Amino acid sequence: MKNKVKLYFSSVSENEAFARNTIASFILPLNPTLSELSDVKTAVSEAVTNAIVHGYPDAVGEIEILAEIDGQDIHIEISDDGVGIDDLQKALEPFYSTKLENERSGMGFTIMKTFMDSVSVNSQKNAGTKVIMSKKINSSAR
Amino acid sequence: MKIKYYLDKSTLFIYFIGELDECTASKTRDVIDGLIKDLNGIKKVVFNLSELSFMDSTGIGMFIGRYKKLKSLGVSVFTQNPTQSVEKILQISGLYKIMPAI
Repeated sequence: MKNKVKLYFSSVSENEAFARNTIASFILPLNPTLSELSDVKTAVSEAVTNAIVHGYPDAVGEIEILAEIDGQDIHIEISDDGVGIDDLQKALEPFYSTKLENERSGMGFTIMKTFMDSVSVNSQKNAGTKVIMSKKINSSAR
Repeated sequence: MKIKYYLDKSTLFIYFIGELDECTASKTRDVIDGLIKDLNGIKKVVFNLSELSFMDSTGIGMFIGRYKKLKSLGVSVFTQNPTQSVEKILQISGLYKIMPAI
């Protein structure tokens, strides 16, 4: 089965639960385990949080999520048109955060990489950031 | 997010009920900090996570912040009964090392 959905929403933190729960609902037909479902929810939440907190630090902008199902594979792209990431290599390191003083753990990308099969990030200064993630649902059984 | 608590002798049990993310973390932090502001005779704080249905890295930062605060006051910190998804976050982040499960 192939299927896709596109979401646009404002970069306000009230939309985090909406975004992760919508993507979780979208992949339900793949019959994911509870663990797979929460992995995807958490990874989406991390990318959306990054867009809200770091992509648009001083203003409300727009976040786009494109999710596609292809067989048992899910692909998720989460994009913003925000300020971009200064040092992408550092941003991907565990415990690195540009906002450590705000009790940021710096674990966002580490969690995305742990919970999804693949994660890649494209970012351009003052143009925005796109996180592309994919995961095979229930690859061992069924 | 709702916070409930009770005091048992010198242990303060704090229950997290709901979802911990960017949207709920700062209010949760303020409530916890209000609770631990005046810790007369409390030696131990236990975070009960049995009804914390979701947590992401914003929650990790919130917990590390509370841990540091409590540690500086000489209070030991533990976690209790996390849901499966939250347990995974506790393990990956290393939070279990500083806030062991009891």
